[in-house]
Amino acid sequence: QVNTDRVKVQSRGVNHVEGGWPKDINPREADQTARFRKKLEKDEHYISVVTQLGTLMEHCVKQNNAIDIYEEYFDEEEMIEVEIEPPSAKTINAIRDPNTAKRTATHLSWCPDASKKLAVAYSILEFQQNKTDMSLDSYIWDLENSNKPELVLKPPSPLVTLEYNPKDSYVLVGGCYNGQLAYWDTRKGQLPVEVSTVEVSHRDPVYGTIWLQSKTGTDCFSASTDGQVLWWDIRKLSVPTERLVLDISRKGILQQALGAVTLEFESTLPTKFMVGTEQGIVILCNRKAKTPAEKITCTYSGHHGPVYALTRNPLYPKIFLTVGDWTARIWSEDAKESSIMWTKYHSAYLTDGCWSPVRPAVFFTTRSDGTLDIWDFLFKQSDPFLSLKVCDEALSSLRVQDNGCIVGCGSKLGTVSVMEISSVLCTLQRNEKNLVNAV
Amino acid sequence: GIPVRTTLDNSTTVQYAALLQQLVMKARSTVRDIDPQNDLTFLRIRSKKHEIMVAPDKDYLLVVVQNPCE
Repeated sequence: QVNTDRVKVQSRGVNHVEGGWPKDINPREADQTARFRKKLEKDEHYISVVTQLGTLMEHCVKQNNAIDIYEEYFDEEEMIEVEIEPPSAKTINAIRDPNTAKRTATHLSWCPDASKKLAVAYSILEFQQNKTDMSLDSYIWDLENSNKPELVLKPPSPLVTLEYNPKDSYVLVGGCYNGQLAYWDTRKGQLPVEVSTVEVSHRDPVYGTIWLQSKTGTDCFSASTDGQVLWWDIRKLSVPTERLVLDISRKGILQQALGAVTLEFESTLPTKFMVGTEQGIVILCNRKAKTPAEKITCTYSGHHGPVYALTRNPLYPKIFLTVGDWTARIWSEDAKESSIMWTKYHSAYLTDGCWSPVRPAVFFTTRSDGTLDIWDFLFKQSDPFLSLKVCDEALSSLRVQDNGCIVGCGSKLGTVSVMEISSVLCTLQRNEKNLVNAV
Repeated sequence: GIPVRTTLDNSTTVQYAALLQQLVMKARSTVRDIDPQNDLTFLRIRSKKHEIMVAPDKDYLLVVVQNPCE
C-alpha cells in the first residue's frame, strides 16, 4: 500500500455518441455511412484480420459451450462449523474534524436506514473554552467518503448531542450548548428547520435528547444539567409540551434538582424513562404519573461521579448498563439497592458505554486514555473480552451501528474512528439468550 | 470506434464499441507496461448475465456477447 495525497474524485457518467467517422463522412447520412462500410468490407486487410480474429474467437466460444463453469459442484458438502477465531477489531476509517480548532466529538448517531451514514455532534465541553473563531458546525459523514462531510449542519450554538429519528431517516434533533433544541431535515439543507426559543429551553447544555415513540413520530425529550427534563413536539419548538424537575425529594424545587447528564428511553416500555445524573444517581421515572411527585419512581445510586452513559439492554430491557467514574455497572430494574454486576476500578475514567444490539451479553466502553473495551459478561466478568487502543487522546463518545459489527468512537480532538469488529462478537451464540435470562 | 458490422441494434452497438475500445486500450497498455515484449491477444469479461469476448487487432476489434450455457 502506498500513502498518497488525498485527491478529490467525483463520479460522473459519460454519454457515448456515435463518433470516430472520418471527416468527409456525415454520420447522420445513412447512405454515406453504408457506402463507407461496404468499401471497408472489400478491403483486403480487413478480410484477413476478420478471418484471423474469427478463428481465435471461435476457439473461446467453443470452450464456453463445452464446459459450464457456473454449475453447482459441491452440493453434497455440508457447511463447515464456524471456528472459534480470536476476536479482533480493526479500524476501517478515521474521520477527522476538518476545522483547525479541534473540538470534541461529543455524540454520534448512526443513520437508521443502514446506509453507513454517521451524524457527529462537535462541541467543546470544558467550561469557557470556546474560542471566538471556533466553528459551530456539526457534520453528517458518509463512510464511503471520509474526506468531506456529506452535509454540514449549522446550529445557533455548538451541538452537544445529535440523534437521528429512528422512524424517519431524514430528520435529526440536536441539543445545543446553550440549552436550545434544534431540528433538521437533511432534505432541506444546513440550517435547522426550527429552533426552540431561548427563554423556555434549558439553561445549561443539553446533554441528552431522545426520540419518543408516538403516532406522529415527532416527539422527543431532552435533559440537561440544569435539572430539567423537557418534552417537545418538533413541529412546535417554541414551547415544550411538558416539564419535569429532577428533584429526588419529590417537591419539584429547581434548586434542589440534580443535573441530568444522560437520558434513556426504551421503546418497548413507553411510559418509563431513566435519567443519569451528575451526582451519580440514576432516576427511574414514570411519564404517565398524575402528579409531579409521583413521576419519580425510584432511584439507584452507586456511582461516585457523573453517570456518563445509561443504556438498556436491547434484548432484555430490565437490565441496564451505567458508565461513570472509573467503573461500568450492570443493574436490574428490580434490584434497587445496588448493581448486580460491576467491573473493577480502572485507571482511567470511563466516558461512554453501549450494548451490542445483536448480542445480549456484549457491551462496549470507552476510556479517557483512548481505549475501547469490549466486555462479554458470560465469558469473563473481571476483564474485558478485548481491549483496543484506539487513539492517544481521550475517547468521548461511542455508538454501535444497528447491525452490531461497526462501532464508531469519537475522541476529544474530534477524530471519529470507525471500527469493524470480528464476527465472533456479532453473531448470536446459541445459548446466549438463555444464559443471559438466567442471570 | 466505428461499428462496421453488427447483429445488435445500433445504440447498443455504439455503446459497446466506445466502451470496449477504451477498455482494450487500457488492457493492452497494462500488459505491455508489465512486459514490453508481451501483447494482448484476447479479453474475456464474464458477468452475471453474459460473457463479452473481445479479440483485438491493430486496427479492428471483434466483439462477441454470449450467454453462458446453464
